[in-house]
Amino acid sequence: MSTQPDLLYSEEEEALRAAVRDLLADHCDAPGVIARTESDNPHDLEAWKALADGMGLAGLLVPEDQGGQGATHREAAVVLEEVGRAVAPLPYLTSAVVATEALLGCETDGGLLAELASGRKIGALAVALNVAPGGAHKVVRHENGALHGELTGIADAAVADVLLVPADDGGLYAVDADAVTVTPQTSLDLTRPVATVTLDGATGRRLGDAEPAVRRALRAGAGLLASEQLGLADWTLTETVRYLKDRKQFNRPVGGFQALKHRLAQLWLEVVNLRAAARNAADALATGEDVDVAVAVAQAYAAPVAVHTAEEAVQLHGGIGMTWEHPVHLYLKRAKADSIAYGTAGAHREALAELVDLGAP
Amino acid sequence: MIDAAELRRRTAELLAAHPPATTERLDFLRARFDAGLAWVHYPEGLGGLGAPRSLQVVVDAELEAAGAPDNDPRRIGIGLGMAAPTILKYGTEEQKQRYLRPLWTGEEVWCQLFSEPGAGSDLAALGTRAVREGDDWVVNGQKVWTSSAHIARWAILIARTDPGLPKHAGITYFLCDMTDPGVEVRPLRQITGEAEFNEVFLTDVRIPDSRRLGEIGDGWKVAQTTLNNERVAIGGMRLPREGGMIGPVSKTWRERPELRTHDLHQRLLQLWVDAEVSRLTAERLRQQLVAGQPGPEGAGMKLAFARLNQEISGLEVELRGEEGLLYDDWTMRRPELVDFVGRDAGYRYLRSKGNSIEGGTSEVLLNIVAERVLGLPSEPRTDKDVAWKDLSR
Repeated sequence: MSTQPDLLYSEEEEALRAAVRDLLADHCDAPGVIARTESDNPHDLEAWKALADGMGLAGLLVPEDQGGQGATHREAAVVLEEVGRAVAPLPYLTSAVVATEALLGCETDGGLLAELASGRKIGALAVALNVAPGGAHKVVRHENGALHGELTGIADAAVADVLLVPADDGGLYAVDADAVTVTPQTSLDLTRPVATVTLDGATGRRLGDAEPAVRRALRAGAGLLASEQLGLADWTLTETVRYLKDRKQFNRPVGGFQALKHRLAQLWLEVVNLRAAARNAADALATGEDVDVAVAVAQAYAAPVAVHTAEEAVQLHGGIGMTWEHPVHLYLKRAKADSIAYGTAGAHREALAELVDLGAP
Repeated sequence: MIDAAELRRRTAELLAAHPPATTERLDFLRARFDAGLAWVHYPEGLGGLGAPRSLQVVVDAELEAAGAPDNDPRRIGIGLGMAAPTILKYGTEEQKQRYLRPLWTGEEVWCQLFSEPGAGSDLAALGTRAVREGDDWVVNGQKVWTSSAHIARWAILIARTDPGLPKHAGITYFLCDMTDPGVEVRPLRQITGEAEFNEVFLTDVRIPDSRRLGEIGDGWKVAQTTLNNERVAIGGMRLPREGGMIGPVSKTWRERPELRTHDLHQRLLQLWVDAEVSRLTAERLRQQLVAGQPGPEGAGMKLAFARLNQEISGLEVELRGEEGLLYDDWTMRRPELVDFVGRDAGYRYLRSKGNSIEGGTSEVLLNIVAERVLGLPSEPRTDKDVAWKDLSR
């Protein structure tokens, strides 16, 4: 590495964080998010409009001459930290990061980049959410100019206006949502639901080769997911500490018992580490230096930490942590689904083995 | 205001007046101290210039490039990291003038007489007594886990001056002459076979009152400065990737494919990730310090490195298979330096067991994180208002 990564937050990034946090506090309060999960519209499109249209944050990764904000992954990561903190049901990671990166990796974007950047349209990469960067994924048949097939596990497809579909001819196609059937799947993660996308002779516009575009998109997704996981882990720890200072049993605050204090201190250590790993991945994606290792390290570390903090939050909240009414279950479900999203920690460790020359037996 | 350019100018001046190639090592170090370039954040006249601490790197880089000798900071770590900041904060002008210069140049090595057989995590319960006799204090007691005692000229010492007060209140801080006839240093052999530490017996040691640091009964407060700096020193290092304990095991993995198993592979990769993330956290902490926004992260670094060192070295012993059954040498030795990474995997495994005990056990550090960083309530205390002499022991 020629230079040290910048692992801090700039003043502008902190200002951005404060603005996004305010917006999400207004739109995505916990009771509202819980109620929404069982409605016909689990996504909060009003909050999305405010974030994308009002604040212009859907276009952070898109250069200004292509209709975006010309910012970097560092700023997008800050937005995602806040999205994770609120388990906000927003297609930010899927549209403003993954689909956008796929378009940036194609020869032509068919005018879609500007539309995604402005928030006028939501995009979704039609690759199952569990696929790791460089991993195998399903494709649809390209036959006589039309696309046929069924793709499952597509995150946020329910609100997508356009799907980026890999086909068996090696191309990536833009397909309007109107031309396909999107069927929501009952999802573990209530705030980032997945869906089945069925193409029955849909027509699409070929944007370019799927392989590099998909790889690039999934790598950015995996790297910035760590920031979402950081926000999630930070909320679960903060909320658990707050609750345990307040909750009294045996005539004492429960948070005064050493057995619990040590567990919370341990979680704090993990969150501190995750912050460094997530900042490193975001900075690497922004500068283009050491990206593969930084992303693999961040994702190998982030997923177990997010799951651990969420699981501990449920346990340490005691009975109320098991209720539907308390929002901690949303965080556990998001964390567990995230531990599969864009490759498991194990898949990223396997990638690292090659990258840093620690080969298998 | 002293800035980087001014420091470069003064460093060049020092190098011109005392060319490293033709100057005795000690003469150069003394001249460097007198030029205020030893620790630039110290006051003028005491080896510094009152400059920002972050600018020290400017001086160090210039001097290193010029091939100047250094003061062998690893050998005098306790003096630099713990005794010096405490003397600076609480010493009289006379004490600062007397002790800081030979401390920094390494002419006088320092050790720390804090822990006792009966006072480890509960350091404030210490029982070494100091009784006033005329202008002297007469000290009796036993200290333990004292690195460098066998090469030290001076020690920072805390002792009980009033057993009738609660434990935190009756302690006073002294500077102890290790050459006093009542000071007996005995090697304390450790699980590694060598004696890097000592036990120190103090029998009627006479310390003049002029070597008291801070007020009578203020010793616990003064010691906090020492202990806080100890944790900064232990946690604050900057490492390249694979710079710590993960380096040797990764090297062995690459060079000895015949030793590899699937189970070890999974565990190695997990630890490699943990080591890299800890390195990034340390780097982030460093960047925060340079930017003048120190975070509480430092409290966690020692915890993380203790666990990592233990797990990685444990894995390495297993990786070595039949060789893991062997140990390089159990001979009782007296090393001058603490060496965590040197020697074989078996040594690293055994030595790193100390990492979660020395400088505050991991259990105490977790309490500190929980209480000072997370703001959780402290344990109910039964010893706060009880005279030290009435505590159960």
